[in-house]
Amino acid sequence: MDITVNILLTIATAATPLLIAAIGELVVERSGVLNLGVEGMMIMGAVGGFGAGYLTGSPWIGLLAAIIVGALFSLLFAVMTLSLATNQVATGLSLTLLGLGLSGMIGTSFVGQPGVRLPNLDIPGLSSIPVVGRLIFGQDPVFYISISLTAAVMWFLFRTRTGLTLRSIGDSHTSAHALGIKVIRYRYLAVIFGGACAGLAGGHLSLVYTPQWVENMSAGRGWIALALVVFASWRPWRVLAGAYIFGAVWIGQLHAQAFGIPVPSQFLSSLPYLATIVVLVLISRNKRLTMMNTPASLGQPFVPDR
Amino acid sequence: MRIELVKRPQRSALFSVLSPFIAFALTIMAGGIMFALLGVNPLDAFNIYFIQPISEVWQLHELAIKAAPLILIAVGLSVCYKANIWNIGAEGQFIFGAIFGSIIPVLFPQFEGPLVIPLMLLLGMVGGAFYASIAAFLKTRFSTNEILTSLMLVYVAQLFLDWLVRGPWRDPEGHGFPQTIQFGDSAVLPELMPDAGRANWGFVFALVAAVAIWLMMSRMLKGFEVRVLGSSPRAGRFAGFGFNRMVFFTFLLSGALAGLAGISEVSGAIGQLQPVISPGYGFTAIIVAFLGRLNPLGIVAAGLVLALTYLGGEAVQSALGISDKVARVFQGMLLFFVLGCDTLIHYRIRLIGMALTKANGTAQLEAAPKLEEAR
Repeated sequence: MDITVNILLTIATAATPLLIAAIGELVVERSGVLNLGVEGMMIMGAVGGFGAGYLTGSPWIGLLAAIIVGALFSLLFAVMTLSLATNQVATGLSLTLLGLGLSGMIGTSFVGQPGVRLPNLDIPGLSSIPVVGRLIFGQDPVFYISISLTAAVMWFLFRTRTGLTLRSIGDSHTSAHALGIKVIRYRYLAVIFGGACAGLAGGHLSLVYTPQWVENMSAGRGWIALALVVFASWRPWRVLAGAYIFGAVWIGQLHAQAFGIPVPSQFLSSLPYLATIVVLVLISRNKRLTMMNTPASLGQPFVPDR
Repeated sequence: MRIELVKRPQRSALFSVLSPFIAFALTIMAGGIMFALLGVNPLDAFNIYFIQPISEVWQLHELAIKAAPLILIAVGLSVCYKANIWNIGAEGQFIFGAIFGSIIPVLFPQFEGPLVIPLMLLLGMVGGAFYASIAAFLKTRFSTNEILTSLMLVYVAQLFLDWLVRGPWRDPEGHGFPQTIQFGDSAVLPELMPDAGRANWGFVFALVAAVAIWLMMSRMLKGFEVRVLGSSPRAGRFAGFGFNRMVFFTFLLSGALAGLAGISEVSGAIGQLQPVISPGYGFTAIIVAFLGRLNPLGIVAAGLVLALTYLGGEAVQSALGISDKVARVFQGMLLFFVLGCDTLIHYRIRLIGMALTKANGTAQLEAAPKLEEAR
């Protein structure tokens, strides 16, 4: 029983950064913007979070710094694509390349330093209930943030007027603009929200998942988060399900490596990436469904005319 | 403050030429600020970064070695991007080219003679094209997003190479180091001018590829097809150009060129397979393609510039103790500024200050009631 609980806990820890980054990107894409810089924002959040936590000794300040760094970094993308109408694919890619370089440079002095870890929740009495106690009341704080964030985004997108407006911008920015909606302003806010989420996901990596700084520690998670949004057909609860499936794959291959299964470790390590491809193929096979769910103006630059 | 874009009646030829230069100047300025923040005199740093690495002949050869794979990959990618098809997995295709090409020197080392090199290069191109065809197949058959699949395949390729050189292809007499045997003499790409420096035939391949692709894009029907499908898929369909055929064509072409770059690098510069054979050439080539305005001849110049950022990064690391990641930062900034400056080709940029915005606002407020009346 204890082993099962432990495995479930590690799956949740592996799924949390994927979930947060993907939920952020989902809001961005619902507004019609494709930000391929998730990996870059995530790694910047990771190095910023680790650095602030290491220098101040407080993991909470680290987490806050991760969010701020991610948001600021995404602002760069927003200015380029929204104000200067640059190609979103290329700009997102350059954000990732810049983030990987910048984080490596900033993090040089952090390599090998002991980090700080966010403590797990511990409610006297409740957290020690067998089995469910640790699952529900004993996880790291970011886990609870990720779940509430998913619920909040679901409520925001489908139950509020602003959410409806955001979705309408994603489906047709020209119509939304004609109705007098401030398309660019909405998109700025969406992109910055996505950046804050990616930063938070990165902070989780360097403050909870492995509390240290390792170069390129995001290891493609930002790209998997992007794939999750497509896989989820832009629905928050499906992102939640997808993130946990991927968390399970990630943990599964680690356990398989530890058990010494007679398969080369490199093949097991490539499973999450192969699984991403398989899942993308399965979901995109149904062209009508994909067409129906994709925000119609996704990735198209918009320049308001007067 | 607000930024407003005003569309130009036609694209500006002036900024079309100027934009890469403005971008480079801005990168230098931002780089200077970065060096100052790191506590280094920017002028000293620039001297070490951009001037010293190319002040002697043998160093120009090193530049050519770094530029060759960048140019080869980038000219292939430029065709993809012109067609609005997004192959970003060139790094993986580079690795598979290197693996396929190495089959001969690693598994058949006793096979020697003048045929070895051409066969290796051919196999390298096949390997790169094969690996690229996976993403192309998934895109055409299942309309799976090629950006994500080609990128995921990079991670898979890196792990596969890692397994090969630690497992079945490891040199049994290599004291356990994860590497293959040293390639035999007839499997090493010859140097161009052995007396002057290390530059090998890879650089010549790069120049030939650039000229060939330039001819194709500007003088042949295929190039026209690429441009039409890229700017208007609908018009392309009416003209009878198949989109799926184009996906395969661009992926196979760019994959083959990335594969050629991979085997040239391994056979010319490294001489064996190792767990890591590329300092991110496949990704840096994306920057090269854009800096060169997706024009093969511009890409040759851009490839030399980006090669210099690699050399400069190594130079500041050894001279100033700054991480060589500084090269990646320069490359990322350069791409950012290029993309931003490209906006100037199609738009005029107007900065609107706060005061003006307010004035606009009141004007709109006054206009609003009239609108209501009109309704």
